[in-house]
Amino acid sequence: MRRLENIEKILLFFSTAFLHAVPVINMSEGVTPISHEIYNLHMMIFYICLIVGVLTFGVMTYTLMKHRKSRGVVAARFHGNVLLEIVWTIVPLIILMGMVYPAAKVLLDMEDTSKADVSVLVTGIQWKWKYDYLDEGIKFYSNLATPDAQITGDEPKGEHYLLEVDKPIVVPIHKKIRFLFTSQDVIHSWWVPELGIKVDAMPGYISEAWAYIEKPGIYRGQCTELCGMRHGYMPIVLEAKTQEEYQMWLDNKGKDLAFSPTGTQVMMNMPAQKAVDFTNKKEIMDKGVSVYKANCAACHKDNGQGAPPIFPSFVGTAIATGPPEEHIKILLLGVKGKAMQSYADQLTDEEIAAVITYERNAWGNDNASKYGKYAGSIVTPEMVAEMRVKLGLKGGQ
Amino acid sequence: MKRIGYWLSTTNHKDIGSLYLWFALLMFLVAGGMALLIRIELSQPGRILLEPNFYNQMVTMHGLIMIFGAIMPALAGFANWQIPLMIGASDMAFPRLNNWSFWLLPVGFLLMCSTLFMEGGGPNFGWTMYAPLSTTYGPPSTDFMILAIHVLGISSILASLNVIVTIMNMRAPGMTYHRMPIFIWSWLITAFLLLAIMPILAGTVTMLLTDRHFGTSFFSAAGGGDPLMFQHLFWFFGHPEVYVLVMPAFGIISEVIPTFSRKPLFGANLMVYAIGCIAFLSFIVWVHHMFVTGVSVYVKIFFMFTTLLVAVPTAIKIFNWTATMYGGSLTFEPPMLFAVGFLFLFTLGGLGGLMLGIVPADYQYQDTYFVVGHFHYAIVTGVYYAIISGVYYWLPKWTGRMYSHKLGAWHFWLSTIAANLTFLPMHFLGLAGMPRRIPDYAVQFADFNFVVSIGGFLFGIAQLIFVYLVIENAFFKKGEKATSQVWECAKGLEWTIDSPAPHHSFLVQPLVTKSPHHWDWD
Repeated sequence: MRRLENIEKILLFFSTAFLHAVPVINMSEGVTPISHEIYNLHMMIFYICLIVGVLTFGVMTYTLMKHRKSRGVVAARFHGNVLLEIVWTIVPLIILMGMVYPAAKVLLDMEDTSKADVSVLVTGIQWKWKYDYLDEGIKFYSNLATPDAQITGDEPKGEHYLLEVDKPIVVPIHKKIRFLFTSQDVIHSWWVPELGIKVDAMPGYISEAWAYIEKPGIYRGQCTELCGMRHGYMPIVLEAKTQEEYQMWLDNKGKDLAFSPTGTQVMMNMPAQKAVDFTNKKEIMDKGVSVYKANCAACHKDNGQGAPPIFPSFVGTAIATGPPEEHIKILLLGVKGKAMQSYADQLTDEEIAAVITYERNAWGNDNASKYGKYAGSIVTPEMVAEMRVKLGLKGGQ
Repeated sequence: MKRIGYWLSTTNHKDIGSLYLWFALLMFLVAGGMALLIRIELSQPGRILLEPNFYNQMVTMHGLIMIFGAIMPALAGFANWQIPLMIGASDMAFPRLNNWSFWLLPVGFLLMCSTLFMEGGGPNFGWTMYAPLSTTYGPPSTDFMILAIHVLGISSILASLNVIVTIMNMRAPGMTYHRMPIFIWSWLITAFLLLAIMPILAGTVTMLLTDRHFGTSFFSAAGGGDPLMFQHLFWFFGHPEVYVLVMPAFGIISEVIPTFSRKPLFGANLMVYAIGCIAFLSFIVWVHHMFVTGVSVYVKIFFMFTTLLVAVPTAIKIFNWTATMYGGSLTFEPPMLFAVGFLFLFTLGGLGGLMLGIVPADYQYQDTYFVVGHFHYAIVTGVYYAIISGVYYWLPKWTGRMYSHKLGAWHFWLSTIAANLTFLPMHFLGLAGMPRRIPDYAVQFADFNFVVSIGGFLFGIAQLIFVYLVIENAFFKKGEKATSQVWECAKGLEWTIDSPAPHHSFLVQPLVTKSPHHWDWD
């Protein structure tokens, strides 16, 4: 008995040691009934493949070892066996048809999105997700939170490198959640492995999936359909909360509860942001550069030169040095059919004003003798608000 | 060395076959280099070498060039060299068309590769070119890619017409369809498949072009079109295309295994039926590439059923090859090494395909590295291994010289170790949650990605052995002279003529009295 205990201890030691040393090699079992069913199907088909593989490879290996000319074997004389061939046509057929039934059952189960308690419309946008709580009137955008310096290697990489966002989607546990998927531009795909959900978000379509999450936690995923330059930088973070916590989050209109993207939750209010003084150019430029880096630099580059002809340059070009009204219009409306999207409900008037001012003054764009009278002008939040009214848009966030 | 004018105007099937094969090798090295750039970028987390946009261009071009520039031309090279030799014809049916279908290829790839140097960069939306990423959002160079695909499509259609007419009309007296070697069968069926699908690809990319410039909105929901329609059209071409690659490979393996087992092909008739069956099924499985797009649940169940059905004829082929070896008198020259490697590793790829066919599980596999691992097993250790096996098998017939078996064995073992190091961990990465086509990844995927990158480079180095070996064999005429029989138990008309095969062979038509798959023992 004593020895058995020791062996157990040793085994335990190795298993825990391996848990740390060996990276994940299998599918996650997940936290929803659907994901468990998927996992079971996955393991079942895996074991079937394993058995088929062991048998086939076993016979092959036996032949390769035994029936060698170097062992003096003389080749047998047969070139067919009808019975055998019928057997190995029928047997795989039966096994495979046997697999269709349980798989189809799970599939029909997955399709049933009726009687949902919470409905969230998920919209894919180059390169962020928008979450729209249909019954609660809450909507927000979810962007990658990993700083650029970690990607370029100037800073050490965090624990959730590339799998962290500024604002996660929050859902309650033990409720049937219905997700609706669509896209504003190209095809994206919303995948959270622990939920067993991967659905394409396609422009002009609305697809559905549902989840019933069993335990609270933070579940991470990524976009899985190539959607352009920053496809790899479009993570999903889903926070499953208990009923009470979810209700609190709803009561706060999904705003005040601070979320730390690195994983630990802190229950506190975000520090109120200081308003920018639009008479102080340096202050505007400081605000502008931070908005620019977060929203514009991915395509238009830090040096404003972009990657023409897809991502236009700002340096000395007509929009950035011409009348500011056109510049504001582009930010509010986007450019139809291009990657440039509308920022009307992604940024506040103050942020839009600051970033436009930055673009009009950086990279030598403020050179009035070269670019004319509009060069280097300052755009104020009031000008943005005025344009919103002119274009018939609602107010900012 | 002959003058360039000679090669531009040659109508000899052997010359054209060699041109196809050398061109394929060149394109293989180019696209392989792109794969290595991708592996450098992915060797550890963070940005190392490639900007994300250029990374996407590499992913796109690697796929397009490998499929249309390396594998298809290599198989066309086999068709050109071997079809006349194996059916006892003096040349292909349309020699001038044959010249034309080869010389379209360099034109097409010049167009294709020139996109990388254009303003805005080359195509960056993957070889699948999904709309609207390739229409509204595609770079200007996309139009050149579309033109290149048209040129390559014309080349393929002409080549397959040539293959069909040659096989149907130019077989030696006595060679009935039942006495036709299985490699010829596999190419005959492949050629019909190509003829059916290439026009669809041409139509689809033309629709892309008109969507891009003439406001047709075939694939734009805003104009009453449908982005999902593109995927239906593309995969209606794309899935049979996979079998276009794999069926001539089956044909090669079916020629090599009997020779080195010293036993005829087991169940040769059933092997042909299996190819026909796979060809038919390949047209009704395309939606399995689109299970997560939100197609109707009953459509999914139907396509799951047909997808799993493909496994049956494929399993028959694997079992029959095993039965061919069983009880044989095996030797392991380089062609056989690669054929056995094919048998094991292609089966692994096939089993992965079976898992992918189960729709609910596919939701977790789709568009992850699991898929990347699966199809690289099928294409690299499957089709590419078969091509290498075929080159080692027929090279002495083509050049008249034997090559070093020792180097061939080194090539095999290094490639096999490296391929598994590269493609097996990809399955684990996919299951653990790593999407495909991303230029950077979360830290938990770092270990396996490093292993994959090491494996990738090792695989690249191993292929240089092959390059050295064929150049030495073809240009420097090293190695002992090959007999006309070359391999002890090789059967078929090509082994009745001299090695190297004379520039004009079968000037007197041979008479065929039995199938190469029926051996008389007396």
